[in-house]
Amino acid sequence: MNATEHEPVVLIAAILALAAGTFACRLAGPLLRSRLQVPEPVQRVLETAAIVLLTALVATTALTQGHAPAGPARPIGVAVAGILAWRKAPFLVVVLSAAAATALLRLAGLA
Amino acid sequence: MRTIWRTLDRSERRDIAVVCLGVGVIGLSYGSSAVTSGLPLWVPMLLAVLVIAGASELLFVGIIAAGGSPIAAVLAGLLVNARHVPYGLGLPDVIGRGWRRVLGTHVMNDESVVFALAHPDPVRSRAAYWISGLGILLCWPLGAALGALLGTVAHDTDAFGLDAMFPAVLLALVLPSLRERDKRLAALTGAAIALATVPILPAGLPELLALVGLATLGIRRAAR
Repeated sequence: MNATEHEPVVLIAAILALAAGTFACRLAGPLLRSRLQVPEPVQRVLETAAIVLLTALVATTALTQGHAPAGPARPIGVAVAGILAWRKAPFLVVVLSAAAATALLRLAGLA
Repeated sequence: MRTIWRTLDRSERRDIAVVCLGVGVIGLSYGSSAVTSGLPLWVPMLLAVLVIAGASELLFVGIIAAGGSPIAAVLAGLLVNARHVPYGLGLPDVIGRGWRRVLGTHVMNDESVVFALAHPDPVRSRAAYWISGLGILLCWPLGAALGALLGTVAHDTDAFGLDAMFPAVLLALVLPSLRERDKRLAALTGAAIALATVPILPAGLPELLALVGLATLGIRRAAR
């Protein structure tokens, strides 16, 4: 394994390509929206689409690692945070509880 | 800018600050893991400033460090970042016009989108979007730089449970939206689809496939 085998020029070109492509992805939505009037019901569906994406991202980042299920520590930590958030605990408490619960479980030997 | 700052009350600004700090801490682990896997210090820093999308950067760095081709690394990163297209479509009009649009577009990320969606009122939505977006533009590269400098010191962040912070933050922020039955059904269906396809699809695709969950909106409407 040798990560430095690529010339710096190649790495910079790759980084710029990823940056440009990502910017294009970010620009596409607002650009389309300003070009055409989106009817209200369609707008509601699009807003729901963003929520669906974010929820899926929560699920995959909480429950999976690579292409396999994650160990129990992180899912439990996120679940603790979820319950606290549902109970309307302060945001800081919610976020820290996730890290604390996960860290404690790992300390106890749960991966 | 100052008026944007004053639009939100103190507790909302504090919530955004917490998220930005969390993002900075995740940046620490990203920067250190990039350097310990053998990449030069400037790679994670340049990525953090120009891409600002954590998942795609980690994937990019991982593929390059494993000796993969730069083209594969770019394509994998783009696949993960494709979710910004539907984000942009679903965002209320927060970005603005003219030169601001460039910066406003650049700071579109998971956190700024979810903060913007958390406010029904357009003025507050715009303020939340910009403050969180700019905060992350600051904290993510700073964290990455610091992590890269610390190198192996900050490497084992899993021990501190930091990997649980990102999903916890997003979960806390989307929960209010999930109180609406239609959105909840679509979101949970989508999440189930994403989880089921993680083992078989490349990174980034399961989340996009989750959009199939939107079909539940139509099904429910037809049932009424």
